[in-house]
Amino acid sequence: MLQLKEVKKSFKQPDGSELPILDIEEFNVGAGEQVVVVGPSGCGKTTLLHIIAGIGRPTSGKVKIDGWDITLMDEAECDQFRAQHIGYVFQTFNLLPGFTALENVLLGMTFARGGSLLRAAMDFLVRPALAFSKHNPEWDRARHLLERVGLGHRMNHKPPMLSVGEQQRVALARALANRPRLLLADEPTANVDTGNQQAIVDLLQETCREEKVALVLVTHAPEVARQFPRIVPLEEINRVLALR
Amino acid sequence: MSLWKIAWRSIQQRSLASTLTAVSMALGVALVVAVLVIHGVIDKSFRRSAQGYDLIIGPKGSRLDLVLNTVYHMGRPVGTIPYRYYTELADQRFAADVETAVPICMGDSFSGFRVIGTNPDMFDKLEYLDGQKYTFQPGGRNFDWNAPFEAVVGATAARKTGMRVGDTFRPVHGETGEGEEHQPFTIVGILEPTGTPIDRAFFVNIKGFYTLHTVEAAEEKPGSGAASPGSASQNEAAAAAGSPQQADDDRKISAVLVVTQKNDYQRAMAFPRRVVEELDVQAVAPAEEIDRLFRGLVGDIQVVLLILAVLIVVVAGIGIMVSIYNSMNDRRREIAIMRALGARRSTVMAVILVESILLALGGGAIGVLLGHGLTGALAPIIAERTGVVVSPLHFQTNELILIPGLIVLASAVGYLPAVIAYRTDVAQSLIASP
Repeated sequence: MLQLKEVKKSFKQPDGSELPILDIEEFNVGAGEQVVVVGPSGCGKTTLLHIIAGIGRPTSGKVKIDGWDITLMDEAECDQFRAQHIGYVFQTFNLLPGFTALENVLLGMTFARGGSLLRAAMDFLVRPALAFSKHNPEWDRARHLLERVGLGHRMNHKPPMLSVGEQQRVALARALANRPRLLLADEPTANVDTGNQQAIVDLLQETCREEKVALVLVTHAPEVARQFPRIVPLEEINRVLALR
Repeated sequence: MSLWKIAWRSIQQRSLASTLTAVSMALGVALVVAVLVIHGVIDKSFRRSAQGYDLIIGPKGSRLDLVLNTVYHMGRPVGTIPYRYYTELADQRFAADVETAVPICMGDSFSGFRVIGTNPDMFDKLEYLDGQKYTFQPGGRNFDWNAPFEAVVGATAARKTGMRVGDTFRPVHGETGEGEEHQPFTIVGILEPTGTPIDRAFFVNIKGFYTLHTVEAAEEKPGSGAASPGSASQNEAAAAAGSPQQADDDRKISAVLVVTQKNDYQRAMAFPRRVVEELDVQAVAPAEEIDRLFRGLVGDIQVVLLILAVLIVVVAGIGIMVSIYNSMNDRRREIAIMRALGARRSTVMAVILVESILLALGGGAIGVLLGHGLTGALAPIIAERTGVVVSPLHFQTNELILIPGLIVLASAVGYLPAVIAYRTDVAQSLIASP
């Protein structure tokens, strides 16, 4: 389902030299598989997820998702692919504060449809009712997901009115909105209290199973990692760390 | 969810800055609308006031002065022409060319309103607009040709002076109201509002108008007795004034309003030239003169006002750019999140442009309402000073250009912040700020 081959990533330093971050010979994840990548802070876990998501480009190598090599896609294709096939849960939730929980979930679906000024004009001129309608499949799906993560009663609350644990659940619902094939979770429990930590992990595992989504979760917390069937220490697959 | 909603939420998030930019846009647009509406209404009112007749036959001199004086009651009369010119136009050698001719006699006033001597044809045969006949308010009627001291009053003049049917008034010689008082006239009718300068004048029987001067001339002779309204001496004088015995050349009129016969086009076209050649007068088509006036001086003033108003709108547009531009630093992360969720560069660019368009159109919509409200608020002052009736519901067709105009302006001013959004580095922005 996910294949990384000879993926290298380095950043240019102010003195002009290259700072290698990742050098992965091979990393594979099967369909529906739940994998946790562990490693200490600053070892390149987030960079790895950015490269898998197409947010960052590898310096070299191939990243294939369902057979599609996203390194060969141009930026717009990659954005579209990410919107339609990849869900992303951030460490800091990254909910947009001006939008309600429901609207935050809808955002991903909006972007998956693609959006341009022309489209906005068409929305306004041709189907204004639909553009502002709250009764269409997208809204139904968003409501269903929020109910699934236990926030049916908080749909119209904006993030500042939600607890940290609730915000992360909204983020999870948003990541699943487009029925992705792959869910990437970047330290999803790092900013939540211990009580919520377990709830988030349970929810991730359950929803990924229900939605048949492959999960790659990165964490530095062993208590989170050991709840997953496959644990991959980043230093085992990242040759840069082995050399340090 | 649409891009409109996303942009709207961004506007809401910065509600104070957004409101202030929208208000500045609203003020600019209100000014444009006010200029367009007031100019449009004045233009229309001026032009429609010049309807109802085809020509003004009057003394030689400034064509525009003749029109302004005769139609709009502005300035001093250009001069006079003999009364017999009217009879020649109405009943004699030009009768075949003329459908209706109405004499106009000026020079007197009452309470700041012009007093115009004319005959009943003015209200019986002329129309103030195509197909719009003069009508009288309930209880009123046109003055009788055989009752020299009857008068009719325009709606505004009656309202302002508090005159009612049955009241009398004494015209004063001259337009300033400082001249000698004449004999009284009795009001027999008040016209319904027409939205033309007719509303702001008193109309007296031209027979009475001439009598005033005959009686006053007699009074000036030593030993003659003063005439009171309705007295035998006054009625005799009035009868004499309207009688054929009085030489036509003794009586003067300011102008003749003429509706030409339209059944022979060539003859109708040749008529003004014939009149000018055969009588010592000028024949002016009021509609043409007003058109010339508006295309010239008034048109230039409107262009200058419009340029100023448009500049204000452009400055308001730059305000939108500054507002969105200043917010871009805070929004980098927001944009990066959108991009991480799959929004393309062009999508976030579109969100910023839609936001700019929403601010401009929202401000513009408020501005349109404000502009019409402003014209509505100014309407009484305009009506008071010019007689032009302005309604806040007078929408001008050229206001429609505001919609594409504001969209183009908003797109232009939204472009710079949109490009910044376009260039946002996702990975860096996501990592940079917590």
